[in-house]
Amino acid sequence: MKKDKLIIAKKKFDSRLIVGTGKYKNMAECAKAIKFSGAEIVTVAVRRVNISNKNKPLLMDYIDPKKITYLPNTAGCFNSKDALRTLRLAREIGGWKLVKLEVLGDKKNLFPDMIETLKTTEVLTKEGFRVMVYCNDDPLMAKRLENSGADAIMPLAAPIGSGLGILNKINIKIIRKQTKLPVIIDAGLGQASDATIAMELGCDGVLVNTAIAKAKKPFEAALAFKNAVVAGRQSYNSGRIAKTLMGNPSSPTTGII
Amino acid sequence: MKKIKIKVNGKVKTVLNNSKLFDLLKNLNIPIKKVAIELNQEIIDKKRSTNIKLKKDDKIEIVHFIGGG
Repeated sequence: MKKDKLIIAKKKFDSRLIVGTGKYKNMAECAKAIKFSGAEIVTVAVRRVNISNKNKPLLMDYIDPKKITYLPNTAGCFNSKDALRTLRLAREIGGWKLVKLEVLGDKKNLFPDMIETLKTTEVLTKEGFRVMVYCNDDPLMAKRLENSGADAIMPLAAPIGSGLGILNKINIKIIRKQTKLPVIIDAGLGQASDATIAMELGCDGVLVNTAIAKAKKPFEAALAFKNAVVAGRQSYNSGRIAKTLMGNPSSPTTGII
Repeated sequence: MKKIKIKVNGKVKTVLNNSKLFDLLKNLNIPIKKVAIELNQEIIDKKRSTNIKLKKDDKIEIVHFIGGG
């Protein structure tokens, strides 16, 4: 079998599982879960340094950005201005150009505000950022993001942290079919089999945070997601059989005694 | 020397007028390579922090990466 790599913004990755680094009990648990997941890309948030506690551990002390690709996100941003400010700061920390844009529109369901998201994508791509964009499972919006220079389309499976799995498989399939860009399912997966389904739909990768971090056994969950993504990709590449309404015997029908 | 009030990450701090941003970062034990800094909403080039003098009511934001999804 030939090497089947995930390519985002001309960078090649062996793992198709991207993991978030939020919601873990502590940084040691987070770092260990990342190891189990085999992820080569992790999302990180930009926040104020705690100036009153000078000895607070740093994420970079646990997860080496030279070994694991940091993908700064704009979590918590509800408009274009805040998202731009956050990512410009992220770039300043150490030259990060590959970023994950998410501009939320509603505090309860955490759905993306696609008008603000599109506007922000246009500005970021002009500034030389390579933008992976969290979006609704809307094929038309996905097309607009592609036209505005996005590097990856990241449609939600379901609301962030909901664990509901992929709610609209048809839309995801349409988005996958119409674009040349990598499609990464972001948000809403609940268990490993959801990741397999995403990969079987033809997606190029999945992003998982809560389903690993909040599982009763996060390391087991990380391993399960790793295997599920590999299985789903292999299944997609294998070319599944056609569905039929009636049965087809698996054993020869000739030579029966 | 005259003392002034500035805000660092939303908290009021008292520093000497015209003291350098670099010294403030040093006093706060900030790992400069792992952060980004804004002075009055403008990102500053960290290499220039030794040349930047603090003024009354300056607002400084120091950010870094933390866990997030």
